[in-house]
Amino acid sequence: MSAFIGKYAEELIKTAKYIATPGKGILAADESTGTIGKRLASINVENIESNRQALRQLLFTTPEALTYLSGVILFEETLYQKTTDGKPFVDVLLENNVIPGIKVDKGVVELAGTNGETTTQGFDSLGSRCQQYYKAGARFAKWRAVLKIGVIEPSALAIEENARGLARYAMICQENGLVPIVEPEVLTDGNHDVKKCAAVTEVVLAAVYKALNDHHVLLEGTLLKPNMVTPGSDSPKVAAEVIAEYTVTALRRTVPPAVPGIVFLSGGQSEEEATQNLNAMNKLEVLKPWTLSFSFGRALQQSTIKKWCGKTENVPAAQQAFLARCKANSKATLGKYIGGEGGDAAASESLHVKGYKY
Amino acid sequence: MASATLLKSSFLPRKTEWLNTARPNTNKSSAVVFSVRASSYEDELVKTAKTVASPGRGILAMDESNATCGKRLASIGLENTEANRQAYRTLLVTPPDLGNYISGAILFEETLYQSTTDGKKIVDVLVEQKIVPGIKVDKGLVPLAGSNDESWCQGLDGLASRCAAYYQQGARFAKWRTVVSIPNGPSALAVKEAAWGLARYAAIAQDNGLVPIVEPEILLDGNHGIERTFEVAQKVWAEVFFYMAENNVLFEGILLKPSMVTPGAECEEKATPEQVAEYTLKLLKRRIPPAVPGIMFLSGGQSEVEATLNLNAMNQSPNPWHISFSYARALQNTCLKTWGGRPENVKAAQDALLLRAKANSLAQLGKYSGEGESAEAKKGMFVKNWSY
Repeated sequence: MSAFIGKYAEELIKTAKYIATPGKGILAADESTGTIGKRLASINVENIESNRQALRQLLFTTPEALTYLSGVILFEETLYQKTTDGKPFVDVLLENNVIPGIKVDKGVVELAGTNGETTTQGFDSLGSRCQQYYKAGARFAKWRAVLKIGVIEPSALAIEENARGLARYAMICQENGLVPIVEPEVLTDGNHDVKKCAAVTEVVLAAVYKALNDHHVLLEGTLLKPNMVTPGSDSPKVAAEVIAEYTVTALRRTVPPAVPGIVFLSGGQSEEEATQNLNAMNKLEVLKPWTLSFSFGRALQQSTIKKWCGKTENVPAAQQAFLARCKANSKATLGKYIGGEGGDAAASESLHVKGYKY
Repeated sequence: MASATLLKSSFLPRKTEWLNTARPNTNKSSAVVFSVRASSYEDELVKTAKTVASPGRGILAMDESNATCGKRLASIGLENTEANRQAYRTLLVTPPDLGNYISGAILFEETLYQSTTDGKKIVDVLVEQKIVPGIKVDKGLVPLAGSNDESWCQGLDGLASRCAAYYQQGARFAKWRTVVSIPNGPSALAVKEAAWGLARYAAIAQDNGLVPIVEPEILLDGNHGIERTFEVAQKVWAEVFFYMAENNVLFEGILLKPSMVTPGAECEEKATPEQVAEYTLKLLKRRIPPAVPGIMFLSGGQSEVEATLNLNAMNQSPNPWHISFSYARALQNTCLKTWGGRPENVKAAQDALLLRAKANSLAQLGKYSGEGESAEAKKGMFVKNWSY
């Protein structure tokens, strides 16, 4: 079963490769309306369209920040929004060589008969939605599958179902010109140790790539967005070097070199932690045939949002904070980050929320 | 700053830490037990695999069963006796400095327990030559019931104790050859069985201290084009790796022995070494995790020179693994013919073997130039429906 080479194959390969440019990464700014509402609520800002637009404008117009990004994941509303000057966000990004991406899943639902495990929705009309998003300027997509670690979790059913879902989503994206970011997130919730996370991550990734291959997905035209391998949120922390070794080992055992780039999710780590871990991975002297970069949401925006507080006069300071994190993570992709450069106390604040729901 | 501990088994989880915590005490169905990889041999497995996959070196496959060795001897007019088999294998393992080009030698069971004609244990000769002894552990191909006239590979019964005994005798790696036939489909059943058998063998071998060479040979037989081989190879390798993962095989402690991606032997359109390299590398990039230290190609009926040229083409640019050779016919053919069974020809025959070994060594480094090859070396060795 060969990979499917459709009319977009060359473009997909080119786009995926560009997103995986060393020194660059992805800003995940695709919070749904509900989720961004929580962010805004945390700084006492009303969840109305103009405020959502203001936050995203703040991020996308930060001078210099876009040089450190190869892509931004957007929520559907944002894909069609403009700056206060009337310029489409998509154009702002494209003019700065940042590729617009789009979240295409419709959230998770529980798998009946399991202990709260989930599968991801969003297949209905996915093909035609992708086509529309392509027309609007998007060139990559994202779909988040979620697995959790428990006594008997993740179950074989949850693994199989989520892997299959990711494969089907990936194929539909490629048929319609979008590079699929494949995101099988293993949640940190729990008191397990880093070894357990490693074992689970390896099993999940093996299943994911089997499914992708069975579905004829063109691996050269995909990106992977995995969790880093860490101890559970209720367990003692370990050094960045340990996280780096377990993570890179897991990836070396499961991710074929055809995949051009791996862009980690931050999953509740503090801004600084996420950067340190990414940096440690890129310093490891072992052969990594894919690039290791970031696709961070909270870990890029946390300090920025806290500095902004919804006030126009705070925008420059907030933008400074955002730029600092972009720079820090860019350095981390090159293994050149020296700790603490990227911010202040807020940068070290854990962003873990138990049972976090997007 | 190098991380000296990377991939050292010190952090690979140990079985005992796991199985107790992972077992649920409920009746809930479909619990996935997260067992861990490898065994008490994990350090050694990783080290052995890396040694065999060292730069400029590859494997001499000399594990022909007695019946197959008989065919080789018959081709030079020799009777298939133990003495003749011993004489031939003595010739193969004693060329001076063979270990400069050969990192491992796969033996048949008889040979593992044999001595040279001088009375020295063959295993000891190999170790002195810095060549790791390996052992064929499968029990051959038999018809696969319910398939489209295809085969499956036997050998799992008692495999654990056989591996343990071979380890005692000095073997440090194993080999198991299964086949997939494109003219016969291949059927989904045949592919699944081939992959699952390999995965089970690999897990058992590692458990008993032997680095498994994983060999799903996609036979050259057929008139199909290179695209079809590519398609089948992608399916086969996806299955092999998935089942190995399910069997908790330690990928840092295995070696692969794939067939190169070429057109079928009876296909009218031939492929250049560059095309073979392009397709084969694409296959590897899509299917082989970087944790695997070595990929040692089989020659499968290609001529000695073809096999070297193709290997060389593949090594023209860096790749995440060690891409090398595990050749039988493509190393032994000229040597065998030169020997002809005569003692006075032994030196010349050994020179012929060294010549081929050196050529392939250069090919592993991407530095083979192809000058001065003989006509014999260029002769194709494809035999339709070849059975070992």
